[in-house]
Amino acid sequence: MYSLTTRTRAGIVTAIAMLVLVIVGLALPAFASRSVIQDLFFILTMLTLAQLWNLLAGYGGLVSVGQQAFVGIGAYAMFAGVILLGWNPVWAIPLGGLAALMLAIPTAYFAFRLQGAYFAIGTWVIAEVTRLLVAQWKTLGGGTGTSLPREATSNILGTDLIRALFSVREAAARDILAYWLALVLVVAVTGGIYWLLRSRLGLALSAVRDNVEAARSVGVDAGRIKWAVFLIAAAATGLTGALIFLQTARISPDAAFAVTDWTAYVIFIVVIGGIGTIEGPILGVIVFFLLRSALADYGSWYLMTLGLIAIAVMLFAPKGLWGLISARSGLHLFPVRRKLVGPKIEGGI
Amino acid sequence: MIWLDTLVQGILLGGLYALFAAGLSLVFGIMRLVNLAHGDLIVFAAYLVLLGVTLLGLSPWIAALVAMPLMFGLGWLLQTVVLNRVLGKDILPPLLVTFGLSVALQNGLLEAFSADSRRIPAGALEGASLDLGLVTVGVMPLLTFASAIVVIVALNGLFYHTALGRAFRATSDDAVTAGLMGIEPKRIFAIATGLAMVVVTIAALYLGMRSNFDPAIGPARLIYAFEAVIIGGLGSLWGTLAGGVIIGVAQTFGAAVNPEWQILAGHVAFLIVMLLKPRGLFPRAVD
Repeated sequence: MYSLTTRTRAGIVTAIAMLVLVIVGLALPAFASRSVIQDLFFILTMLTLAQLWNLLAGYGGLVSVGQQAFVGIGAYAMFAGVILLGWNPVWAIPLGGLAALMLAIPTAYFAFRLQGAYFAIGTWVIAEVTRLLVAQWKTLGGGTGTSLPREATSNILGTDLIRALFSVREAAARDILAYWLALVLVVAVTGGIYWLLRSRLGLALSAVRDNVEAARSVGVDAGRIKWAVFLIAAAATGLTGALIFLQTARISPDAAFAVTDWTAYVIFIVVIGGIGTIEGPILGVIVFFLLRSALADYGSWYLMTLGLIAIAVMLFAPKGLWGLISARSGLHLFPVRRKLVGPKIEGGI
Repeated sequence: MIWLDTLVQGILLGGLYALFAAGLSLVFGIMRLVNLAHGDLIVFAAYLVLLGVTLLGLSPWIAALVAMPLMFGLGWLLQTVVLNRVLGKDILPPLLVTFGLSVALQNGLLEAFSADSRRIPAGALEGASLDLGLVTVGVMPLLTFASAIVVIVALNGLFYHTALGRAFRATSDDAVTAGLMGIEPKRIFAIATGLAMVVVTIAALYLGMRSNFDPAIGPARLIYAFEAVIIGGLGSLWGTLAGGVIIGVAQTFGAAVNPEWQILAGHVAFLIVMLLKPRGLFPRAVD
């Protein structure tokens, strides 16, 4: 008669709106210009990275400053698949996820011995070590990097179809393909995280974040959950890295393992939007993109502003913009709270 | 003989890393705060000293002396206005705030001083060396190492022989109980950060005189400093020196084998120590 549910009206409306947005998003290349598609690709991939970092830090309590390790190794594995094994770049993307997963296992083994701030720097050191090791890999260009070979970029799976469909040039077709894949990836990652948080594992995750001892006392295996979250986030970050560098078609250790691009930006997006919510990174990436467009001509002022905004947000609105909105309106677009539903109990006081 | 030379150079380089790390170790030991902007603050102080030398025509040593009270004030202000508000059980807010500060500082410096690499002119000291029979060492590295030892002796003296040091240790052990005894933890924290910035200025002086620097090199210094602190163990300043020396020696040996391996070897040494002794070699405080 009574049951637990996480369903709310706002949640259902959001789900329908998201479905419409995704369908519009898939059809967009038919109307939008190439630069719009490129901007959207950037937004979607940053959003994917932000959701994954939010899963780690906001839900798992694992503040990693070394996610660029997984972006970089994912991208390099994709390049290795294309250049060394002759794979089609699209098929080489999963290789990026796999490589990131393989790297995540020793990383977790090492970093989980460290707590809190130690953990943050530990992951950063591992990212640096990975960057320096990859820079020694001469067949993939060493420290200066390399490009995807011409025959590989002109033969990417599906681009012929896209060229016929939208009558565009080869480079534009590659952008559209990358954009579609990014759209699929962001939906899968956001949906996956949403599903995870509503599942038993998600409940255990929140319990561990809020109070490790209490969670352990009711039988939650905190260590195993942290491993699971870390590995999932790493593998998906690797896929995203592979996709980002499929679009640019050019790689170097400094670009693929850039702490600014793949960790600083991502942290700012999550912090400004609101850490520990699914809505936060979405709002954050919009603010981030608007700021970037507005301050694009001012060079380093842009990053400086971003840093200062992040400080101000942490000081005055630690739950970010979405936290402010949510506290005022009580709105949860992606509800994960469980509530009891059933017939009203009559009587009482 | 070349290996002995490499070893000595490595130990002396470790002195520089210990200087980078001493301020971080101080703040970390007292308030468990990891200042991710530490490296950028070193670079900032180096530019401050450089300004004193180029604009006011001071000698580097005098310029550093002038910069010290300024940096103390900056640290005090940073702690009072920003960091004290975010310190708490949750380590996320201070990490994120100092990360934001790091990026803001880097880009502020880039805007003010451009990406050109600069150097603090040290006059005759720059190329001077001392023949010790078996090995020849540079005067500058030797001075750096000596300064690191002086800084550590001074900080240890402060810690264990003054009322302020007692307050530092009490707050480090238990801030709430220290508060009951009439110590105001937030004031203590502000003084500690100010003091750390004085040490940062000394580190910056040597950083700037020994090699070129530009606004982007802060994060790498932070990593070396942090590695030295962790290798040494929380709360032990001599441990921090040992940590710096281990990284310095690993780097010079790595570089002797292959110049591209210098940085890598330092990181690998850190990872090995971390695997064998996760709490560092000489842990004092419990975290």
